[in-house]
Amino acid sequence: MSKLVVTSIGPASSVQDGGRPGSQRYGLTPSGAMDRLSLAAANTLVGNEPFAAVVEIGPFGATFAARGGAVRIGLAGASRNADIGGRPVAFDSSATLAEGETLNLGFARGGSFSYLAIEHGIEGEPMFGSLAVNARAGLGSPYPRPLQSGDELKTKAASGATERRIELPAASDAPIRILFGPQDDEFTAENRKLFLDNEWKISATSDRMGYRLEGAVIKHRDGHNIVSDGTVNGSIQVPGNGQPIVLMPDRGTSGGYPKIATVITADLGRFAQTSAGRPVHFKAVTMAEAQAEAIKFHTLLHSLPDRLRGIDDLGLNIEALRDANVAGQAVSAVDVTTWQVALP
Amino acid sequence: MAEPLSPPRLLPSGDSAITVEFSRTIDDAANRRVLALDRVIAAEPIAGIIETVPTYRSLLVHYDPVQITFDALGEQLLARAAKAPPTETGTRRWRIPITYGGEHGIDLEDVAKALQTTPDDIVARHAGGDYRVAMIGFTPGWSYLSGLDKFLHMSRRKEPRLVTPAGTISIGGIQTGVQCLAGPSGWHLLGRTPVRTYQLHRDPTFLLEPGDAVTFTAVDAKTFAEQDRAAEAGEFVAELVTP
Repeated sequence: MSKLVVTSIGPASSVQDGGRPGSQRYGLTPSGAMDRLSLAAANTLVGNEPFAAVVEIGPFGATFAARGGAVRIGLAGASRNADIGGRPVAFDSSATLAEGETLNLGFARGGSFSYLAIEHGIEGEPMFGSLAVNARAGLGSPYPRPLQSGDELKTKAASGATERRIELPAASDAPIRILFGPQDDEFTAENRKLFLDNEWKISATSDRMGYRLEGAVIKHRDGHNIVSDGTVNGSIQVPGNGQPIVLMPDRGTSGGYPKIATVITADLGRFAQTSAGRPVHFKAVTMAEAQAEAIKFHTLLHSLPDRLRGIDDLGLNIEALRDANVAGQAVSAVDVTTWQVALP
Repeated sequence: MAEPLSPPRLLPSGDSAITVEFSRTIDDAANRRVLALDRVIAAEPIAGIIETVPTYRSLLVHYDPVQITFDALGEQLLARAAKAPPTETGTRRWRIPITYGGEHGIDLEDVAKALQTTPDDIVARHAGGDYRVAMIGFTPGWSYLSGLDKFLHMSRRKEPRLVTPAGTISIGGIQTGVQCLAGPSGWHLLGRTPVRTYQLHRDPTFLLEPGDAVTFTAVDAKTFAEQDRAAEAGEFVAELVTP
């Protein structure tokens, strides 16, 4: 029996998986990873099912030690400085801690949550089919609360498999796409436009229940109390002060504020990774576009094993570089057939 | 002939959920149609539906857009909503004990003052009601009941409390509620019940279902303490009167 011992960890770090849908009619929120693509990528790196339980690590640093045997891990999500006993480890790749070695993770860069998958998964007692922590409902396993220093995550000994990296689509800073509704008619056209035109900032008080947006004041047509109705991940509700709240996986299953719009499924993880203080813009899309994107996202989640590469196969990820704004010029300066940099 | 039922509105809640809205206000007839549609979907499932969440006035239908589109699902939901609602058979009725006032219901005196009556009158009116679980939501087991005596309708507190105890029985607007877990609330606290509407490792985990009938019985603080221990050990404490 191997285990990964948490030797230091910041707040907002917990065991999460694909969540526990199915009991929202009883007020039980699904919980689960904030960024499902990174969850699935971390798991895929170590051969787990895509939505198996992992450690979701908040913005601060963390350290983990392997005890009782070697532990193989996969890292994805917000990148950080990472090393195992001084050996640098890249994100979007797997690595193995020998017995006694420590994994050191720095602060999150360019995101909020990182995902640490453990080969063979984390041992625990599923509650409603999930190990995901929902502290308010006393759910989660092996601990029904955020992780603390000293906690132990039990697993089977590392397989010794060859390490892998995974080639993911490039990060995007395009506007977050939304569908108006279900209560967009509680707002005038002018206020709906203001919602799209305004540059929003994620409040530092945001958490796994909801992200508060700071910026313009969105006014309601006739007051802010509606009769409570159901919520989804990505519901954008507007309380009395006019500052929207985007509901996240630990949301209440019902809410009594009008919901102007909903973040599309394909953009939820990208939105969740937006750090406090960073600007956010929203863009409205049609139902047909949103559903086409949801299907593309589903296909991506289930095709991740095809994106595994050898750890030393560091060929340029042209797709990623071309999509990344920062690398745009550099890539366009490279001849894609000869790999020669076109000199100015 | 009954009048034809007005069709509900189909509102998009993102790309993977539809809000089927029967009314914009708290309306008992609309709530019955919500629960009827929920039962019809349970009896005649539609491929692609993941789960349904009944609320006062709407049914939220979570679905998988890989399996069914918004338009196709919307059409099927409207067809099912247009059918005459099936008669409610085998409605369960629960009797739930409550200790009113004192440390268990810190707002009872203030509510009585605000409504210019005595605490005993408030208790008699509240405990004498015939309620129905209109929806369960917000946090696990938080049950919103319809059927509150009109005399007890009052607006919520200006300043919500950040923590209210587990088992709190409260009123807010035209509703009364049975709260399971400790948590924030803007409602007026009348009493507490030892009943756990949600308890992990008990079968069933969730005691009440949307549509269940509920009546209350006032019990003294000593009975509350005894029943609280029994409930902690996994007993229902609530009494199933029918069926």
